[in-house]
Amino acid sequence: MIEWLPTIWFLLLGVLLIGYAILDGFDLGVGIMHLTAKSDRERRVYMNAIGPLWDGNEVWLVTFGGALFAAFPDAYATVFSGFYLALMLVLLCLILRAVSLEFRSKTKSALWRRVWDWGFFGSSFGAALLFGVAVGNSLVGMPIQADGGFGDLGAFDMLFYQLSQPFGYLVGLMTVVMFAMHGTIYLYLKTEGETRERLVPWMWRTYFAFIAMFLLTNVWTFAFVDQAFNNFRDHWWLAIVPILAFLAILNISRAIKKGNAPVAFVSSCCTIAAFCFMYFAALFPNLVVSTIDVSAVAPAAFEAGDRSFNLTIENAASSSDTLRNMFIIACMGLPFVFAYSAVIYWTFWGKVQLGEHSY
Amino acid sequence: MALIEHLTALTSVLTLADLDAVLLSRIQFALTIMFHYLFPPLTIGLGVIMVGLEGMYLKTKDPAWERACKFWTKLFALTFALGVATGIVMEFQFGTNWETYSRFVGDVFGSALAAEAIFAFFLESGFLAVLVFGWDRVGPKMHFFSTLMVALGSSFSAVWIVVANSWQQTPTGHHVVSRELNEGAVFQRAEITDFWQLVFNPSSIDRLTHVYIGALILGSFFVMSISAWYILKRRHDKFARYSFKMALVIGTVFSILAAVQGHQQGQAVTETQPAKLAAFESYWNEGDGNNGILLFGIPNNKEERTDFAVYLPIENSMNWLVAGSTDAEVLPLKDFLPEERPNVFLTFMSFRIMIALGTLFIFVTLLTCFFWWRGSLFEKRWLMWVWVFMVLGAYAGNQLGWCAAEFGRQPYIVYPMYADPGETTDREGVIDRRGVDEGEAGEIVPAGTLVTEEMQRVRLEPGLRTKDSASRVLKGPDVLASTIMFGLIYSLLLALYLFVMNSKIQTGPDEPAGEADEAGGEGFLRIASERAGEEGRMTGNDPERPESDDINEGGAR
Repeated sequence: MIEWLPTIWFLLLGVLLIGYAILDGFDLGVGIMHLTAKSDRERRVYMNAIGPLWDGNEVWLVTFGGALFAAFPDAYATVFSGFYLALMLVLLCLILRAVSLEFRSKTKSALWRRVWDWGFFGSSFGAALLFGVAVGNSLVGMPIQADGGFGDLGAFDMLFYQLSQPFGYLVGLMTVVMFAMHGTIYLYLKTEGETRERLVPWMWRTYFAFIAMFLLTNVWTFAFVDQAFNNFRDHWWLAIVPILAFLAILNISRAIKKGNAPVAFVSSCCTIAAFCFMYFAALFPNLVVSTIDVSAVAPAAFEAGDRSFNLTIENAASSSDTLRNMFIIACMGLPFVFAYSAVIYWTFWGKVQLGEHSY
Repeated sequence: MALIEHLTALTSVLTLADLDAVLLSRIQFALTIMFHYLFPPLTIGLGVIMVGLEGMYLKTKDPAWERACKFWTKLFALTFALGVATGIVMEFQFGTNWETYSRFVGDVFGSALAAEAIFAFFLESGFLAVLVFGWDRVGPKMHFFSTLMVALGSSFSAVWIVVANSWQQTPTGHHVVSRELNEGAVFQRAEITDFWQLVFNPSSIDRLTHVYIGALILGSFFVMSISAWYILKRRHDKFARYSFKMALVIGTVFSILAAVQGHQQGQAVTETQPAKLAAFESYWNEGDGNNGILLFGIPNNKEERTDFAVYLPIENSMNWLVAGSTDAEVLPLKDFLPEERPNVFLTFMSFRIMIALGTLFIFVTLLTCFFWWRGSLFEKRWLMWVWVFMVLGAYAGNQLGWCAAEFGRQPYIVYPMYADPGETTDREGVIDRRGVDEGEAGEIVPAGTLVTEEMQRVRLEPGLRTKDSASRVLKGPDVLASTIMFGLIYSLLLALYLFVMNSKIQTGPDEPAGEADEAGGEGFLRIASERAGEEGRMTGNDPERPESDDINEGGAR
């Protein structure tokens, strides 16, 4: 049991990431699609489609961050300080998003609403892009030294380093279009009448944009980010997940053609879950990859057996006592979380109705 | 060429690299946490009040309670949303700005944070959806249950974060170990040894209680502020009087409790964080003012004394106040090396202003209760004006209490662990006395705790100094940029929050059917009802007269 704890927490982080990506994915997607709405009423319908839920969905991110902090403090410390300026931008986006949702409909001024419409779109787009960039960068790696720091590099250097990785942009843009598609399908599920009809072409556009970005990212990964495939080569059965992802993607188009919103949405959820799984499978057992060549920088450490300065689930983990305590906490808490999340989603099931309590 | 040299010289004078990343990170953390803390105590306090109101509605089925509940819910929801948005910033900042701290405390702090997310955040944010958007979607009982869960969730969320902070003040249940991240890269970190000892560390219960008391004072003062405004403006009279009286009871009880409990907590600080206590009292030398209680003074950090000091001329009364008896030992600041003391001026001032505000709260709430008993409460317009602004005092009190706690913990981010020597004789290698070298300090985290002979204490585990805990990757300009960003966006946020809160308050609670939302005639009706209300008040002496409400409503019809 003890030796399995880091792996269990790696998997639990995966579960939290999947939860966050699926749930806040459609929130961010709705934000990305926000400006395609034609009228003020339609924009309010879009916002209220996620109105009661976005707040709770963001808690998945908070929990993911907290779990990373608790289970793998060294990875949390290295990644969060290394991505300093990028994360400040993420925070800016998240605050702006909350503010746009909260304040947009508080006065009737057209200019006021226009400003927050752009704020909602920009912050959703920015957050999705930055999350994708972070995923891409963590696969390519960061210049992590033996001590988990970045040597002489400052936060600005790190930002330039991250911005100079084409793979980061690719994954970032793929995340944007994937969430846009996911959000459009969600809106298709939650709206009716003319609004709903107008979403159909947007579903196709985002779907094909997603396919294009998906293929491009895959080709790039094969060509330049070879280490991402190590685990898939060693464990051939992992290939079942990309195959399932492929089927889910095909099923989205089948469901859109039939106008079957729930099936399209579930397929889209499965696609996102599969992507998160593949990301985690590509990383394992690393949490962040170091690009530093140990044999060149620290021959002594290389002699002693250190082949890389990667932060792994072993060297970055908390003590087994803490991992066990938290596992108990998670086992007690998560069933409740799932249960009442289900009750709340069930409460808000059905088409959006604008009322006196709406945004 | 000379010009270029001049320019280079000039820019080197102004170079941003001179900025201290640690100091800026502290300023940024202080700014963001203080801004964040405008919201959670209000949601905790309002949550309790909303449960009370909705419970009354379920019991009596009087729609007046429901209207009151719906009104406070609107203010609650906005406050809550800002609390969440600014709270994410806090969680990120541990890693972004305080990397070494995160490595040191992750094992201990992480469990508390994870428990908070799983037990509290999901609960409150999930059920908040039902509370705000679910009035027409669920039955009244389910809705009440949701309100209860939101109140419970926001109270829970205070538990874990205060426990974690208390552990930083009075750490127990852990030991500090050295561990190797890679060959040759050794870190020190605190690892859990006893989860429950960590949770129930010597200060957690005291401090959590004090946080709740502060939140309830703020919640009740907030309700009284808005109610007093309505009473002054003669609007929503019945609603305002009911809310005011309910909040007054809560406010009075908890203002008095704050003093009683705060006193007890102060005595605990004398035990666990003597340097902090000495700073609270600006107690530099043994025998200052014959150890009388310092009534007024301004600490002078440079000269190491208290300027303009006025003492209560009773010998050893300070010892009696902070340690429970006139012959109890209290350590003066000069028993600590200068680098072991907090900033006395800041600690003392924030602590003293909080005490002054607390005393003011007791005085004003009791005075208000007196007028209530005399039956002339709502005629005292000056008192109502005092109450409109009293909420600012409650905000300040909550903020300053935390300032005192956090300033007083310096120069440590995690305080060293103390115990009586008797308890520690069987532990090896951790005993550290004055003059003894600092022993095995880690590469990253030098322990450096002064322990005096006179204190008769030994250090069990090293602490972590604030100056050693920031992110190594950060330079001054990075943090300056983010601090400015937070400064700007938070100013905007505060302006928007006040603007929207104000418009919600101006709109007020829904009026009973017939009076509500008749856009065209609303102004006229309101004036008519105000007139009627005024007349009702002018003719009667008894401010509790229910008739005035009837006239109020009648005037509208």
